[in-house]
Amino acid sequence: MKLVTAVVKPFKLDDVKDALKAIGVAGITVTEVRGFGRQGGHTETYRGAEYKIDFVPKVSLSVVIADDAVDSVVDTIVSSAATGKIGDGKIWVTDVERLVRIRTGEEGADAI
Amino acid sequence: MNSGDTAWVLISAALVLFMTPGLAFFYGGMVRSKNVLGMLMQNFFAIGIVSILWAMIGFSIAFGGTGPLIGNTEFAWLANVATLDGNIPGLAFVAFQMMFAVITPALITGATADRLKFGAYALLIAIWSILVYAPVARWVFNPNGWIYEMGALDFAGGAAIHINAGVAALAVVLVIGNRRGHGSEPMPPHNLPFTMLGTGILWFGWMGFNAGSALAADGVAAQAVVNTQLAAAAGMLGWLLVERIKRGHATTLGAASGAVAGLVAVTPCAGFVGGASPMIIGAVAGAGCFAALGIKERMDWDDSLDVIAVHLVGGIIGTLLLGLFADSAVNGDTDGLFFGGGAELLKDQFVAAAAVGAFSFTVTLGIAVVISKTMGLRVSEDEELRGLDQSQHAEAAYSA
Repeated sequence: MKLVTAVVKPFKLDDVKDALKAIGVAGITVTEVRGFGRQGGHTETYRGAEYKIDFVPKVSLSVVIADDAVDSVVDTIVSSAATGKIGDGKIWVTDVERLVRIRTGEEGADAI
Repeated sequence: MNSGDTAWVLISAALVLFMTPGLAFFYGGMVRSKNVLGMLMQNFFAIGIVSILWAMIGFSIAFGGTGPLIGNTEFAWLANVATLDGNIPGLAFVAFQMMFAVITPALITGATADRLKFGAYALLIAIWSILVYAPVARWVFNPNGWIYEMGALDFAGGAAIHINAGVAALAVVLVIGNRRGHGSEPMPPHNLPFTMLGTGILWFGWMGFNAGSALAADGVAAQAVVNTQLAAAAGMLGWLLVERIKRGHATTLGAASGAVAGLVAVTPCAGFVGGASPMIIGAVAGAGCFAALGIKERMDWDDSLDVIAVHLVGGIIGTLLLGLFADSAVNGDTDGLFFGGGAELLKDQFVAAAAVGAFSFTVTLGIAVVISKTMGLRVSEDEELRGLDQSQHAEAAYSA
C-alpha cells in the first residue's frame, strides 16, 4: 500500500477530487495548509503599510491506495491539478506499513 | 415640551449608543485574532463603567452650575435633572450626552491595542472620564463653559471628543510603549469584514451623533444629516483617491478609514455649514488623514490602529475648517472666513483645539504615568505573546 500526498492549488481541489473519483478512488483526506516555494508570496497593504506575505495557501490531500494504482493516481492528480503556472504544487509517494478500517477492523488492502 | 424633538433626541441617544459596539468591531477586525476579544471587551466595558460614572458625577461636572471651567454637584446621581426640562426633558439630554461620554474614552483603545492590561484600562477610563472628559465637555458644550463663551463652535464634538481622545491616545502610547514586534513582524488585520461591519454601524450611529446634537427635530438636524452623509462620502473618496495614486490599490480598509475620517471632520461642523462645504471638509479629511498616517512612522509611535491620524488629525481638520466654512445662514450668528466673518472664528477654533489638546495631553499623561508606576499599565511579555483574549479574559474568540 502507498500513501500519495499532494499539495495543490486550492481552486484545483474539486477538479482533482472529480478526476480521482472517476478512476475509482474511494476516499481522500483534505487539509488546508500554507507554505512557501518557488512561487513566492504576495504583498498586502493596510493603511499604506505593506506586508510581504510569504506563506501561500494550498490544499494538501492524502490518499492511501494499492501499490498497482500508484501510477494512475499520480498521473491523474498531475493532469487535473496542473495549470502550467508556477505554484502548481508537488506529489510524493510513501510506503504504508499498516492500514485499519476502524468500523470493521479490516486490515491491509481490504481497508482501502 | 415638544414630543417630536424629544423623540428625535431619544432615538439619537440610541443611535450614539450603537456606535460603541460599532467601534468595537471597527477596531476588533484590525487587531490580531488573539486580541479581538480584548478589544471588544474594552469597548463594551466603556459602556458599563462610563454610564454609571456619568450618572454619578460626570454629567454634573459637565452641566451643573455656572462656572466656566467646572460644574458642581447639583446633578450628582441625576438629582434635580428635571430643572433642565425645556423643549426636551432634562433626562433625554442626560441620556444623549451619556453616550458621548461612553464612546470618547473608547476611541483611545485603538492606539493601545494588544498590550493594555484590562484592570489598568478600567481604572484609566474611569479616572479619565471624570478628570478629562467631563471638564472638556463643560468647556465646549455648556453655554457657561469658557470655550463656548469665547465663541468657538463645536457642534457635536470635534474638539471635545476627537481631538480630546486623539491626544489622550498619544499620551497613553508614550507611556505604555510599542507592541512587542512592532516594526519587525507583520501585524495585519485579522478580520476586515468585521471592520467594514463596524464602519457601517459607526456611520449609521453618527447620524444621531451629529444630527441629534441639534437637540430638536428641525431644519438644523436635517442639515446635519445631509452634511454628515456628504462628508463621509467625500472622505471615503478622498482617501481612496490618494491611496490609489500613492499605493496602487483602493482598499476596503481605506474606504472604511476615509469614511470615518470624513465623519470625524464633519462632527464639529455638522450644524454650522451648508452647500458644498461638507464635501470639501470630508475630502480634505480623507486625503489629510491618509497623509497623516506617516506621522507615527516618523515618530516611532505605535499608535496601533491610527487614532492619531484619524481622530486627532481629523478632529483638528474639522475644527479649523469650521473657522473657514461656518455659515450663519445655516445656523447661529457666526460666519467663517469664507463667508464674510473674518478670521475671528478661525482664531477661536484654533484656541479651542489647542486648549483641549494641551489639557487632555497633560492630564492623560499624568494619569497614565501614575497607573504605570503603581499597578502597571501593560501586560507582561508572556501575556502579550499569548494575547489579551486568553491572558486577560481566559477566553478564545475562535475555537480551534
